Amino acid sequence: MAESRVHLATDRLTAMYGKFTAVKDVSLTFTANTVNALIGPSGCGKSTYLRTLNRMHELVDGGWITGKVLLDGEDVYAPKVSPMQLRRRIGMVFQKPTPFPTMSIYDNVAAGLRLERRVSRAELDEVVERSLRQSALWDEVKDRLKASAMALSGGQQQRLCIARTIAPRPEVILLDEPTASLDPGGTQRIEELVFELKREFTIVIVTHNMQQAARVSDTTTFFYMGSMIETGPTRQIFTRPAQEQTEAYITGRFG
Amino acid sequence: MATSSLPTPEAPATAPPASLVGAQHGDRVFRLLLTTAALAIPLLMGFLVYELYTGSALAIDRYGLGFVTGSTWDPVAEEFGAAPLIFGTLLSAVLALLIAVPLSLGVAIFLTEFAPRWLRQPVAFVIELLAAIPSVVYGLWGIFVLVPLLKKVVFPFLRDTLGFLPFFQGPIYGPSMLAASVILAIMVMPFIMSVAREVLLAVPNSQREAALALGATRWEAVTSAIVPYARSGIIGAVILGLGRALGETMAVTMLIGNRHEIAASLFAPGYTMAAVIANEFSGAGTDIHFAALTYVALVLFVITVLVNAAARLLIWRVSRGAPAGGTGL
Amino acid sequence: MNRRVFRRVKSNAMVGLMVVAVVLAVLPLLFILLNLVAKGAGSLSVAFFTREPVPAGETGGGVLHAIVGTLLIVGGASLIGLPVGIAAGVYCAEYTGSRLAKATRFLADVMNGTPSIVVGVFAWTLIVARQKHFSALAGSCALAMLMIPMVLRTTEELIRLVPNSLREAALALGYPRWRTSLGVVVRTALPGIVTGSLLAVARVAGETAPLLFTALGSQYLSYRLNEPMAALPLTVYTYAIGPYEEWHQYAWATALVLILVVLVLSLAARLATRRRFTANG
Repeated sequence: MAESRVHLATDRLTAMYGKFTAVKDVSLTFTANTVNALIGPSGCGKSTYLRTLNRMHELVDGGWITGKVLLDGEDVYAPKVSPMQLRRRIGMVFQKPTPFPTMSIYDNVAAGLRLERRVSRAELDEVVERSLRQSALWDEVKDRLKASAMALSGGQQQRLCIARTIAPRPEVILLDEPTASLDPGGTQRIEELVFELKREFTIVIVTHNMQQAARVSDTTTFFYMGSMIETGPTRQIFTRPAQEQTEAYITGRFG
Repeated sequence: MATSSLPTPEAPATAPPASLVGAQHGDRVFRLLLTTAALAIPLLMGFLVYELYTGSALAIDRYGLGFVTGSTWDPVAEEFGAAPLIFGTLLSAVLALLIAVPLSLGVAIFLTEFAPRWLRQPVAFVIELLAAIPSVVYGLWGIFVLVPLLKKVVFPFLRDTLGFLPFFQGPIYGPSMLAASVILAIMVMPFIMSVAREVLLAVPNSQREAALALGATRWEAVTSAIVPYARSGIIGAVILGLGRALGETMAVTMLIGNRHEIAASLFAPGYTMAAVIANEFSGAGTDIHFAALTYVALVLFVITVLVNAAARLLIWRVSRGAPAGGTGL
Repeated sequence: MNRRVFRRVKSNAMVGLMVVAVVLAVLPLLFILLNLVAKGAGSLSVAFFTREPVPAGETGGGVLHAIVGTLLIVGGASLIGLPVGIAAGVYCAEYTGSRLAKATRFLADVMNGTPSIVVGVFAWTLIVARQKHFSALAGSCALAMLMIPMVLRTTEELIRLVPNSLREAALALGYPRWRTSLGVVVRTALPGIVTGSLLAVARVAGETAPLLFTALGSQYLSYRLNEPMAALPLTVYTYAIGPYEEWHQYAWATALVLILVVLVLSLAARLATRRRFTANG
């Protein structure tokens, strides 16, 4: 594991929908090249929190925040920051697979790269192959890169979305319940993938599934009713939680 | 994992991070273009009202609201009253609905509730093709096929059987109020049918099943559960058809006989607002004649706007934001 | 028992009446198409498509002037109406809540319900009266005004059908808003937008009323957009109400050509979507 550099952090972050407070006053740090799980019952604010990190939250009507999100110490909500530039450095994968239906498998993976500048065909081919290999999809699709992405299974589509996210080489990847709509086989492959990806990226993953958090993450944070209740190394959270609410949740007494 | 065969994954990450700062010129230009296009609609409608108003100012000044009650239309004497036109427009449209509504509702109910599945799409499709036929073609067909048929067969029959009513008395002309209404009925039927069909399709299945489970026959299920549920939408469909009928021009112009008169008999010729504009506008010689015709257009516009607003309101109330007029084509 | 039989009979009788309604509704279409072919097809010849009209009394003329005129006037209308309608539709879908979107949506409905003859009067006062002469361009503008609300509504509705998750996925990838909109959202809805546009083109191609005092009509072949120009529907009208027997025959033949143009366009539009939808699963 690399040096323990703080890569992404929030400082007293509060996220609102109009007058409704979805996330209250959360300060957290994420170390480079770690997997960080956010857990908690539905509606606890963990997804909203995730969406503030790459400024997706502000796209919802009435969505606004106070506090700070710092990427390498730089405030991502500073007035001059372009959300597009930010999102190229912080990629995101959603709950439901979202391949672009009008594009081929190849074009889906290349979509993010084509934004930046003119990329040569050879370079594009190379990045597409590398990204598909890294997302463990290459062997399944290498013969039909020109086929529609809609022909893939749900699990394959989700891995395609991961390939699309990592192709432009972001630094951080946000995963919003990436296995919620997948079968056990698909889930297992994504989990293996997350483990691989942390060699290169810093990962924040929202999950419903506590076993998943325990299996893949280095740190775990427990959210409840918009507040951050507890954060720490995953092993500690799952074996010796400091807060009673955390213990109640992980032992399945509510949520 | 296959990562070992690749260039070291750390390599790209060591590149200096890209700046977060960036302008969003593309988005601004995009929004500007879209906004310009969207602004065009309010602007055009504003212009339309303004032009119709200023265009008819001369006539509004001279005749005021008496325009809509006056019944003389004499361009030479510069005397203009639109009562026969308004009467003809409303009467032809209402008559058309009297014919078209039972037919189109019957078809719509049949297609959603009774017809075998394989028949539904083709019949709906054929009837919607009727909506694609240009008005002038209806007019042509009306002049040379429908009117002779009505004159020789239908009108004499009506006079013989219903002649005790004032509507079916007097000399039989070919082009007449009734002929225009029949062609209008054929023209608005597809619109009413397709909107009514959508409204009926939106009735949840549970309504149907609840009625059938109570032992209702299928027709009773229609009258007791389905139609009441869809009622305001169906009324909306009918009013939408009314809006179409009021503004229809070519076929009516060709069949109504074009006479400025309020006659009791439906066999007699009449006139509509749209028809008088079509006939006289390009030949109008005086400013006041133009102004009077523009005034007619303004009145017609106001009436159709009111009618359409009422229809939309009713349809929206049923299908909640899914405007049912969209597939009328 | 009796009551039950009566209810059954009544139900079946109503179904019978509805079948009659279907027949009555479909009959006019068959009738019109048959009459068009029977009365119009006889006059169709190569000359009909390639020649200009000849003076009344002579035979052998054609409607080339009207075919060219319809192509130019409807083409012009499409060039104005489709971009404005589609862009305004995208605006209404993308900025749903804005006051302008609400006003535009409402006024597009008003516009859609405005009788085409009133639009003709408007085009006359706005363009013809100011330029002091009739022109094909004024006709194109009038037709464009009829197209805009139709295209706008279809575009908006189809874009709303595109799941928001796709928009978010593109934005999360760093797409600027305009590329998200055009490259992902509009592109996904494109087959439907094409269909809606074709239907709108088909519908205005058959319009007569808005052209009566804008493009006016003409007996001569012309390519000049700032002069009066013929169009198929105008020609049908002129020939139909004219006094000569041969004119009536031309009216039927021209109407047959017109309806073929309109029906082919509407059928193509429908088939286009159907095939595309199945291709996309």
